[in-house]
Amino acid sequence: MNQSGAPAAVPVPEMPVAEKLILPDGRSDAISFENVGVCYRTPNERIVTFKEYAIRWLQGRVRHREVWALHDVHLLIKRGETFGFIGRNGAGKSTLLKLIARVLRPTTGRVIVRGKIAPLLEFGAGFHPELTGRENVYLNGAMLGFSRREMDEKFDRIVDFAELWDFIDSPIRTYSSGMTARLGFAVATDIQPDILLVDEVLSVGDEAFQRKSAARMHEFRDGGATVLMVSHNMAVIQDMCHRVAWLDHGALMAAGSPSEIIQAYRDSQ
Amino acid sequence: MNSTESLPVYDSSKRGIAALEELREIFKYRNLLFQMVRRDVVTRYKRSILGIAWTMLNPLMTTLILAVVFSQVFGAEEQYAVYVLSGLMPWTFFSQTTSASIVGLLWGGSLIHRIFMPRTVFAVSAIGTGMVNFLLSLVPLFVLILITGVHLTWSVFLTPIAILFLAMFSLGVGLFLSSVAIRFADIADMYQIILTAWFYLSPIIFKEEFIPEQFTWIVKLNPMYYLINFFRAFIYDGRFPSMEEYLVTGGIASISLLFGWIFFSRRADEFAYRI
Repeated sequence: MNQSGAPAAVPVPEMPVAEKLILPDGRSDAISFENVGVCYRTPNERIVTFKEYAIRWLQGRVRHREVWALHDVHLLIKRGETFGFIGRNGAGKSTLLKLIARVLRPTTGRVIVRGKIAPLLEFGAGFHPELTGRENVYLNGAMLGFSRREMDEKFDRIVDFAELWDFIDSPIRTYSSGMTARLGFAVATDIQPDILLVDEVLSVGDEAFQRKSAARMHEFRDGGATVLMVSHNMAVIQDMCHRVAWLDHGALMAAGSPSEIIQAYRDSQ
Repeated sequence: MNSTESLPVYDSSKRGIAALEELREIFKYRNLLFQMVRRDVVTRYKRSILGIAWTMLNPLMTTLILAVVFSQVFGAEEQYAVYVLSGLMPWTFFSQTTSASIVGLLWGGSLIHRIFMPRTVFAVSAIGTGMVNFLLSLVPLFVLILITGVHLTWSVFLTPIAILFLAMFSLGVGLFLSSVAIRFADIADMYQIILTAWFYLSPIIFKEEFIPEQFTWIVKLNPMYYLINFFRAFIYDGRFPSMEEYLVTGGIASISLLFGWIFFSRRADEFAYRI
């Protein structure tokens, strides 16, 4: 059952992924995991305060255990693939995305990511309620690593897409949650990224906005971006992904075509 | 797709020295630093009528209260108000920036486990915001100097050195504290209590000559003692510090910054699963 490291051949409708997306550097893989493990030390009992920690430490009662959030993961993700991760809560799906976003570093093994990454946040994370929409666009852009000049260049397109010209100089606290989500999505997805990380966030905003954001995701996918998504919604995974990996307790159980892997995952429950 | 541009490649196995990598990243993200300082300065004043004037009035009021109360105790002269304010300013800078580093990292916790950004950005931007406030409070200081007739000398032009040392020291402490506070929930509250005690142990309202000689060594264990006196030398004393003072104060500042930066950046990778 464990086929990690040997991704099955993918039937890809209408899009010859491999041919279209090998770039001049001659490589077709966007992301590779070699023997990746993530381990952290955590106290046996949850110690929240320093006072408690100090008392236990004096009593010699602080014991740590090692938790492997991921272990022995081998995986190659090709350029232009839309790749889904499924599994129960705590299986390691988000940890995997964090490794790619380089928010976490692997304890063992090696992660290689080729291309510019755009992480999709819960939209509006990092916004300040007292600042105007305009100020927040610049702040959010800076968090995503863009310079001031790049943001000047992007600004009009962002507000166009979010359809918020009438409110752009009002404080965010006066926005509805849908408006905030639109602005956040517009900042994060203004230009086509090489790699897009989507962690359970596409269910915000009203219906019209959901359609619009889904359309943009499809546009990215068809334009050759590598899209990685984590979701519990099997319909979305089945619909969007070329390949799927199933994780359980930090191990890669199987990778392959969506229907096959979703079936295997369902059978295991 | 951008087929002509070379793609950025991230390889987790190519890992340099954490402290130096953090330095490189913070330079790359300097626009974020600017935006965060801007955010903190703008939001602080946006909804208050007096706006930016608060930054100037606040230390002035505190100084007047302290000066009125303690000039009775110490039987001090008119210029005592300048003595207090020139101690209060570096103290306020230190206590504000270190507290803001803690709050900033706790707030940023929800972001840094989703998107990559240099994690020192919260402490460094706290220093930036503190610097803006500090420069604004120079206005009431010089007003007070004019009123009370403190004699300024050329030494006042070297004040930026004192501010630099103060910023280095505060950044080091802020980095250290915030990386501990993200692990233990009670550190932030404990630190506020410590700050209150620390305030009275620093030469802000009292003058050194009031301390009984057998206790002066306790006062001199406090790094803020050197930093406050160093700042005061240029302004209130109107003298050029001795070489020894430069070395001691600069040494304290450098050690704090180096220790804080290295301590912080070695732990920074753990933050994403601590929160």
